[in-house]
Amino acid sequence: MSSYDAIKNLHEEKQTFLARVVVGTTVCMLLILTLASRLVHLQVLQHDYFSVRSDENRMRLQVIPPVRGLIYDRHGTLLAQNAPSFVLEIVPEKVPDLEDTLRRLTPLIHLTEKDFTRFRERLRKTPKYRGVPLKPNLSPEEVANYQINRYDFPGVDIRPELTRHYLLGASASHVIGYIGGITEDDLAQVDEKAYRGTNYIGKTGVEKSHEDELHGMLGTMIVETNAAGRPLRELDYRRGAPGRDVYLTLDADLQLTAEQALGERNGAVVAIAPKTGEILALVSKPGFDPHLFVEGIDSITYKALNDDSTRPLFNRALQGQYSPGSTIKPFMALAGLDSGAISAEHGELCTGEFTLPGSDRKYRCWQRKGHGWMNLDRAVAQSCDVYFYQTALSLGIDRIHGFLSQFGLGRSTGLDLPGEKAGLLPSREWKRRVRRENWYPGETLNIGIGQGYFLTTPLQLAQMTARMAMRGQGFRPHIIHAVGDPENNVVTAVPPEPLPAIGLHDPQLWQRAIDAMEQVTHSPGGTAFRIGRDAAYRMAGKTGTVQVAGLSQDEAVAPKQEDLPEHLRDHALFIAFAPTDDPQIAVAVLAEHSGSGSAAAAPIARKVMDAFLVPPPSPPAEVVAQ
Amino acid sequence: MNPFVATRTKPEPTWSDFFAQAHVDLWLALLLILIASLGLFVLYSASGHSGAMVASQAQRLGLGVVVMLLCAQAPPELYRAAALWFYGAAAFLLLVTLLIGDDAKGAVRWLDLGILRFQPSELMKLAMPMAIAAFLHQRQLPPRLGTVGWTFLLIALPAALIMKQPDLGTALLVVCAGAFALYFGGWSWRWIFGVVAAVAAAAPLLWSRLHDYQRGRVLTFLDPERDPLGAGYHITQSKIAIGSGGLFGKGWMHGTQAHLDFLPESHTDFIFAVIGEEVGLLGALLLMVLYLAVVARGLVIAIRGQDTFQRLLAASLSLTFFLYVFINIGMVIGLLPVVGVPLPLISFGGTSMVSLMAGFGILMSIHTHRKLLSS
Repeated sequence: MSSYDAIKNLHEEKQTFLARVVVGTTVCMLLILTLASRLVHLQVLQHDYFSVRSDENRMRLQVIPPVRGLIYDRHGTLLAQNAPSFVLEIVPEKVPDLEDTLRRLTPLIHLTEKDFTRFRERLRKTPKYRGVPLKPNLSPEEVANYQINRYDFPGVDIRPELTRHYLLGASASHVIGYIGGITEDDLAQVDEKAYRGTNYIGKTGVEKSHEDELHGMLGTMIVETNAAGRPLRELDYRRGAPGRDVYLTLDADLQLTAEQALGERNGAVVAIAPKTGEILALVSKPGFDPHLFVEGIDSITYKALNDDSTRPLFNRALQGQYSPGSTIKPFMALAGLDSGAISAEHGELCTGEFTLPGSDRKYRCWQRKGHGWMNLDRAVAQSCDVYFYQTALSLGIDRIHGFLSQFGLGRSTGLDLPGEKAGLLPSREWKRRVRRENWYPGETLNIGIGQGYFLTTPLQLAQMTARMAMRGQGFRPHIIHAVGDPENNVVTAVPPEPLPAIGLHDPQLWQRAIDAMEQVTHSPGGTAFRIGRDAAYRMAGKTGTVQVAGLSQDEAVAPKQEDLPEHLRDHALFIAFAPTDDPQIAVAVLAEHSGSGSAAAAPIARKVMDAFLVPPPSPPAEVVAQ
Repeated sequence: MNPFVATRTKPEPTWSDFFAQAHVDLWLALLLILIASLGLFVLYSASGHSGAMVASQAQRLGLGVVVMLLCAQAPPELYRAAALWFYGAAAFLLLVTLLIGDDAKGAVRWLDLGILRFQPSELMKLAMPMAIAAFLHQRQLPPRLGTVGWTFLLIALPAALIMKQPDLGTALLVVCAGAFALYFGGWSWRWIFGVVAAVAAAAPLLWSRLHDYQRGRVLTFLDPERDPLGAGYHITQSKIAIGSGGLFGKGWMHGTQAHLDFLPESHTDFIFAVIGEEVGLLGALLLMVLYLAVVARGLVIAIRGQDTFQRLLAASLSLTFFLYVFINIGMVIGLLPVVGVPLPLISFGGTSMVSLMAGFGILMSIHTHRKLLSS
């Protein structure tokens, strides 16, 4: 026993101790209750929330992006395919120091300034968690260089991918279009969920208009992963489906022929099969290399393309709006015949100019010295302006508008490609609405020869020619021939969509107008006799020459085309269909700033029709198809 | 032979007699072994089916039991006599550790004695309450101001050395172990509240002296989602594990958080999260009840203690054990900042298991060396 015991009050000390134990026990109980209530809060009240968090932790959705459908022409010739390649990709949020990474990658991968510019531009537009391609189409050396050093580059990876390859290149770039890297804007247009894992989306042409078919269906797999992200087992699998193959109505050979026939000229060629509305060729020149956009175009190249005065990105066939010029004359004649404003035998004297009654303003014929006495056949064949001034005047703008709108002018044809323009078929009502002015009779005269406010696209010209060829029957122009399912090889044809027939009081009148058009190419005085003379088939056509430079009233003689700067020279137009009695093809040719329709445009149409109608010595189509 | 004694029939020796002779407190022993065995099951799951780890922990448990039995054999008087020497030795080792200790995770905590590698701070966990209890035993209680002053000094010196390592969690536990003894000694409430208030007021000063990682832990505690992939990751994942366990848990070995490595330190400091995930609220509460039973048994032993030293020591050890449990669970469920305190008897790890079992050995010693007092 300690010596201090004497002065210790053991009883009181023990009482104090007991009290302290009681207080201590109480505090312990309270603390334990705190823990328990917190546990109840976490495990009962917040259980659902944490269960979800736990599942989110361990479950990863792996997407299996579908393989994009292929694009074929009408004969099964491949137009767009997926070629395997390697792309170097960077996931921004996984890279510790982006600048340093880029610097260290430079000696391993051949990177140009354009690659960097392009990368930075795409970096800005892409969510941080998505891979941004730095360099596509890596060479085997570059792949090897990277693989050896890959541990130095977290967040950088080489991804095998299928690169879109367009076999016709620039020749069909406006029809087929291209795919490009998905931007946030693109994602806003589609179901974002369906595009997880997809890096490209159709931007223009068929690639855009048939994105739904071509893209296919996303496959998904839910896997359980550990904290390091390593997949351990598969929890759920949903099969996707590859994109469907699209068969175009396009004839690849014809497309190339048409593109080559245009030569150095800028312009457009549209060929339609009148009996179905199938687009056989659709050329807009100049074209562009679609692969630039697949790889992701840098701003410098894009600016150059966009600022180019020849406007290679502009699809003239669908979006170019030009006066139809004299190509409208057979239709104007048909309008006159149908309404009774003229008769086929009706004669008109062309003195080279025309004046409205009660006015002294002169409306000139292109033939300054005059055509002399004209009837319908000759007026169409020789493209007499005076004859059609009179016809238009007799018809009046209301009947012209009513009749021509039946041919689809003034509104888009409904072709299944994006961006088609409607053109302009002027009317009294249109002028009041848009210009807030009354219609003047002089304007009717200009419409009569396809000038003035009148605007058409080359596609509309081809379509109206097809309607003429079909004697008023017709189909909506379309570019998709069939859609094929690569999984079961079932090809579903897209049926042609008939349009309401154009009714005339006397159906015989169709033949009258077509006969006149035949005179254009097959009669010695016809403006396009040079192409009809030795043709192996009968065709019906019409030339057109559209003034670009305005002609002042005082100029008695238009300046020679050769004397004008190129951008002021006339546009050459030509429409035709063949064979006349069994129309297989209707063509519209526009050659910008190329002079007269007969000299510049008609030979192009002839080449296209020849290629389509005259069988080549040995058909290469079968060989190309495989 | 005394005839009066001869009339009593000698009773059959019972099991409880046997354990009493061996200085084993049956209640405590059963509770500890139950908790530790359950802990082995949890560890098997938490370690990702590591038989080796379980074997190693069982080995350590065996060592702990041996240490406990040894400690139980020594009479409390011996502890009282040796208390200050023991304290002095532990403090010296702490000093040595600071000078030549091994570095682990940026903190110098380990002392390598060739055959034995251990943390002297663990020794101090036992030496501290023992020294304070022995000191107060010799003083008049409730302690006078001078006594309290000396006690403070005894507490502050090793605490400072441990803080220096730095090991905030252990320093806190050591301070508490000493403070508990003072508390049970009857230190006046007025002073207790006064000191608590003073510490609270000095908290900003303390804050400025903390290491960055310690500050980070406190900040993370206050808002774990502040940096969910960095500092807050532990606590966020631990809460997800526990919360997703629900009432009944995902089942033993079916906890995804631990098995897929989302839960860090799942077999050491954060093993309670595995319990919460796999056996749910009910399992977790059951474990807490078992822990409480251990504390209760410790306090019963303290109440039955035969002198001031025994009472103060037993009560301090029991409350320190409770503090372990509370801090660890509180930390794992996000009530307290993350400090490196293991879950007693269950977390994988060596030194703490042995020092804990030694503490229980001392409790048993106190309980089984009672002499019948002559009134």
